[in-house]
Amino acid sequence: MSRLSVKHLLGTDELNSSDLGTIFEMADHFKEVINRPIKKVPTLRDTTIANVFFENSTRTRISFELAEKRLSADTVNFSASASSLKKGETLLDTINNILAMKVDMLVIRHSSPGACHFLSRKIDATIINAGDGTHEHPTQALLDCYSILKEKGRIKGLKVAIIGDILHSRVALSNIFALQKLGAEIMVSGPNTLIPRHIEMLGVKKEVNVQAALEWADVANILRIQLERQKSRAFPSLREYSLYYGINKKMIDSLNKEILIMHPGPINRGVEIDSDVADSNRSIILDQVENGVAIRMAVLYLLAPTLQNN
Amino acid sequence: MKRRLILPEKQLDIVLSRLCHQVIENFQDFSDTVLIGLQPRGVPVANILGKKLHKLGYKDLPIGLLDATFHRDDFRRKEEPIKANKTNIPFQVEDKHVILVDDVLFTARSVRAAMDAIITFGRPRSVHLVVLISRKNSQELPITATFVGKQVNTMKTERVEVQWNEPDGLNGKVWLVDSKSGNVQA
Repeated sequence: MSRLSVKHLLGTDELNSSDLGTIFEMADHFKEVINRPIKKVPTLRDTTIANVFFENSTRTRISFELAEKRLSADTVNFSASASSLKKGETLLDTINNILAMKVDMLVIRHSSPGACHFLSRKIDATIINAGDGTHEHPTQALLDCYSILKEKGRIKGLKVAIIGDILHSRVALSNIFALQKLGAEIMVSGPNTLIPRHIEMLGVKKEVNVQAALEWADVANILRIQLERQKSRAFPSLREYSLYYGINKKMIDSLNKEILIMHPGPINRGVEIDSDVADSNRSIILDQVENGVAIRMAVLYLLAPTLQNN
Repeated sequence: MKRRLILPEKQLDIVLSRLCHQVIENFQDFSDTVLIGLQPRGVPVANILGKKLHKLGYKDLPIGLLDATFHRDDFRRKEEPIKANKTNIPFQVEDKHVILVDDVLFTARSVRAAMDAIITFGRPRSVHLVVLISRKNSQELPITATFVGKQVNTMKTERVEVQWNEPDGLNGKVWLVDSKSGNVQA
């Protein structure tokens, strides 16, 4: 039916394939809504949502905020840089203070893996994970799957290569869980130093040669080289990374097939992907962004808690 | 199980034809007029009216589908999120005469939602409502239909069921079902 099997969206790991189907179906309806002359519906007008970002984000926060506003929810934004965290308040205290102001749903990004799981055990409000450290980023994976589905018409049996920094990427893990539930085959590719050990245990293939991965794949999801997470010196220089692992036009042209190019953004042009690939007609990067709002509206709609009669 | 036939096939066809003529009488050449079926059950009615009007020579009448789920007033008041249906309005609504079509007018809440929904597509010159069945004295909002197929007296426990014949759905029957007296399958 139209109810998800979960109360919170903590990760794609916890969703089943029928949940994914329900979310995609709702996203279709919301995609139609956001293409109307007036893009707003009054559905969540009695819902208050707090966007709590302990880590920087531009597009995810804007996407969530737009999704909330198009559903007419009341929104409040909280970012760590301007908060009492600096004064020593704990995560739980901060969240409880926000909830005391009668907030129904929380969209949380935090740098610690498991932060959302921890909070979901302590508080009543509905939690949507907008990225927890290197763990999961479920709405990104949902919009990636949805974008593939819209473009290819199916996911089952497709070969998806996830290329780049797999080690530090929550997008990769969420994508692996979601795509596998939808029946896709997955290969991860990138420098050995940026691929977690034993990743094969998740049932994915591993390929260090990016060209070989592209030859195998129907879809290439190219991840950002996360400069801010590069304390471990996994590769000597950006120039070297771009030389050996960056996707350029020549590589794509040498393939004897159509391949779908995806990127969760923000793009480091000329590092993991060249401009002429990112801007080519095979790229659905901007469709991903549009679909992101529809997917987030669907998730908020489906998880909005039932009103309690006082 | 109590189930009463209130519109047999032949009569339903007559009612639908009459509704077509009433619409023609009021909108004449249908310039600047659009027909919009309300999801889910108003859609077959709108399609039949469209086909009948087509036969009568009104060939270019645009027909759309409207789902008002996101404009309903009972969201978050039910255990489950309400399922939505497809909306497809491939034409301009701005400054048009909009004829909304539904099968049954009961509480009128869904019509209220539909009127709100249609305004998100533009400002219509006028909005009208055509219903196959109007249930007397059961509206919870001050809304009545412009054109009514048949008015029926009903109790709250009763349900009006419109059944369309497979496969073309061009004709059907209307039943009044009392849900209090046992399970009824359509």
